[in-house]
Amino acid sequence: MTQSQGPAGAAPATVHGHAPTGFIRKYIFSLDHKVIGIQYYFLALSAVCVGMILSLAMRIHMVWPDASIPFFGAIKPEQYLTLMTMHGTIMVFFVLTTAPQSGFGNYFLPIQIGAPDMAFPTLNMLSFWTTFLSFAVMISAFFVAGGAPLSGWTNYPTLSAIPLAGPGEGLGEDLWLISIALFCVASMMGALNFITTTLDLRAKGMTLMRMPLTCWSWFITAILGLLAFGVLLAGGILLLMDRNLGTSFFVPGGLVVSGVPVQHSGGSPLLWQHLFWFFGHPEVYIAILPGMGVASQLLSTFSRKPIFGYKAMVYAMMSIGILGFMVWGHHMFMSGMSPYSAFAFSFMTMAIGVPSAIKTFNWLGTMWKGKIRFTVPMLFAIGFVSLFVSGGLSGPFLAQPAIDIPLHDTYFVVAHFHLIMGVAAIFGIFAATYYWFPKMYGRMMNDTLGKIHFVITFIGAYCIFMPMHYLGMAGNPRRYSQFTEVKYLAPLLPIHKFITYAAIITVSAQLIFLFNFFWSMKKGKKAAQNPWEATTLEWTTATPPPHDNFGGVTPVVYHGPYEYSVPGADKDYIMQTDPAPVPAH
Amino acid sequence: MGLALLLIIWLITFFSSYFFVAHAWWPHAISASAPYIDHQWHLTFVAMGVIFIMAQVTLGLFVWRFRDRGDTAKASYSHGNNKLELTWTVLTAVLFLGLNAIGSPIWAAERFQPADQGAMKVEVTGLQFAWYFRYTGADNKFGSTRPELEDASLGGLSALGVDPNDPTSKDDVVSGILELPVNTEIDLTLRSQDVIHSFFVPAMRFKQDAVPGLMIHMHFRPEQTGDYEIACAELCGLGHYKMHGIMRVVSEQDFQKWLAAREADKQ
Repeated sequence: MTQSQGPAGAAPATVHGHAPTGFIRKYIFSLDHKVIGIQYYFLALSAVCVGMILSLAMRIHMVWPDASIPFFGAIKPEQYLTLMTMHGTIMVFFVLTTAPQSGFGNYFLPIQIGAPDMAFPTLNMLSFWTTFLSFAVMISAFFVAGGAPLSGWTNYPTLSAIPLAGPGEGLGEDLWLISIALFCVASMMGALNFITTTLDLRAKGMTLMRMPLTCWSWFITAILGLLAFGVLLAGGILLLMDRNLGTSFFVPGGLVVSGVPVQHSGGSPLLWQHLFWFFGHPEVYIAILPGMGVASQLLSTFSRKPIFGYKAMVYAMMSIGILGFMVWGHHMFMSGMSPYSAFAFSFMTMAIGVPSAIKTFNWLGTMWKGKIRFTVPMLFAIGFVSLFVSGGLSGPFLAQPAIDIPLHDTYFVVAHFHLIMGVAAIFGIFAATYYWFPKMYGRMMNDTLGKIHFVITFIGAYCIFMPMHYLGMAGNPRRYSQFTEVKYLAPLLPIHKFITYAAIITVSAQLIFLFNFFWSMKKGKKAAQNPWEATTLEWTTATPPPHDNFGGVTPVVYHGPYEYSVPGADKDYIMQTDPAPVPAH
Repeated sequence: MGLALLLIIWLITFFSSYFFVAHAWWPHAISASAPYIDHQWHLTFVAMGVIFIMAQVTLGLFVWRFRDRGDTAKASYSHGNNKLELTWTVLTAVLFLGLNAIGSPIWAAERFQPADQGAMKVEVTGLQFAWYFRYTGADNKFGSTRPELEDASLGGLSALGVDPNDPTSKDDVVSGILELPVNTEIDLTLRSQDVIHSFFVPAMRFKQDAVPGLMIHMHFRPEQTGDYEIACAELCGLGHYKMHGIMRVVSEQDFQKWLAAREADKQ
């Protein structure tokens, strides 16, 4: 990085006028990226509550199949599959895609690059309300005749293409597809906004290589979203056509379902898998990249050290983004796809482990000789690193097709993706919440409650997901509502019970977070402008930030984002807007 | 807090690793290719296990060692180290891609090669929610099937829609149990009549989706007699969890006796 000011132009101050005063324009149909960010966050918060309750009902049903659960009653096998389908769908789309990118990205990308708002505020509002509509359509699937679909979040045809193939594959399935199509449209609108904002609205001096790593992660995630969601949208529309207009993209001829011949011919179920996973694999990185950005930002801030290898971190995220589009076939080693292509997909998948390893190394390097402050956001960032390592290292097993033969579609896979794109990403969201809450609401979250929440959630997550590896090795297939029919699964039941107990405790502990969140909003300790002594632009403005983010001032940036413990400086941090010199590096 | 975190991370690492090795999780393996797959698993397991323990132990150590001690000393000012970065990158690339290179021949042997000449043909058909197995009989040919003849309620050949007018179907045998002679190469044809299923035999280290519209050819060789369970590994509807079957591996003589008895039953 050079010390000269960057070429990026200052944001046009005219795009943002006075703040609206009416309730509806201020809080509901708001054009302010901060309000929209919070709307996304609350949408994700509602979704995660639904998703978690579904998972708890599933876990209880699996080990006590006859138990009557409040609000659910005794769960039947097909209802279990519905819960599983909706759990996966809601978590992947409405939580892991929505909170880290659309929520925090919306709120903090413009502020961190010194812009007064997103490039297209109206489009931004439209993306949120389309996402909201999508969520409403998704939830409505529970209440129609036949209920929500049972074909899993991956929704493979022909199970998902033929209404007779199972309960929930009627109207519920159509609603699922419509909801996902809406979600894709919303995500692409959001992605365009993020990309344009990052490229065009950076403040004077905010070169690309001076952006906080959070901004890089949101930027790269937006590019992934723009390229990936279009393909899922196409797939979703084709499947809707197969179901309702008599086309046969995914359904071959000669099928008989429930004794009834199916009137389709010429389609291929594998086509859906290719389209789905061409989206589905980048989606994994859409969920985790913002978490990587947040972890990097926090590990540097609370170790009071510059990030180790800033450029390597940026290039690693870029390579993860690019390679992420070339690995989708590793979900399909057992699908009947050409076994030769497995060679290419497994090679690329092993290759993607390299940039992931670079990131881990650099996070450890950032803490090395640091001066670590154990704030709650830092604890979650450290937890993120631990979970990222644990979830990541099961990848190279599944990436090798020979080892994937016994492990594919078992609990080993469930353990792998939950640790990395589920729990690690959620830790990123928690870290971001505890970190930015003071900026968003002007008050600090309670420290003690935060620490208790961290410890229970961290240990709990491992207790839930680590044993699933052992189940997978023992050959326990996923998506089974009960373990009584297949004899070799019976001895594994005690492990399932342990997991269910751990899930009940861990999910209950999230009430501590919810209480802390809402209590602190009203009663928390008043936050200073820069309570964490951090360097990026959001900490240079008022708490909470004014409507135009910087109160009529356009910030000028002089440094990279992580100038901590600069020798000779009077404090241990130099803000990005501080013209004080820093040593060349 | 630093010490507490170190203890938590180290204990998690210890217990996670301990339970991986404290119990023989893998089912007893009986196929010719299983030792190669298991060997590749072990190789990967050792490599990933070492990285897992090293990374977690280092993480725990760093958070404790480099905690803020409340003194006035600043943290070290460093933006990284390109040499270390490069070393790390090259090492991981060699390890990951090397593991992949070592494992590739196993996959190639499993999936690139067709079954040996003279392998015994068995057709595996999945339908909601059962597995059907068809044997060719003496002519070594499967009779043709027609979807409009399928009637699962009649079972046997009718469940698969086998055309009774096709002369090659006369000696076909359909069974709900996968009876196989030991030490014989089996030439499998996998198909499905309705939705995707996945034919999973943990003891054989074998899994392959049965896909509507596709005839997928696979091969394997069971090397020990006994009963082994077959599970469905691809979500196929509400009865997915109970779509299972038995693979019974018997001696060549017992197999011929069984097959003859099935032929006799048909008459």
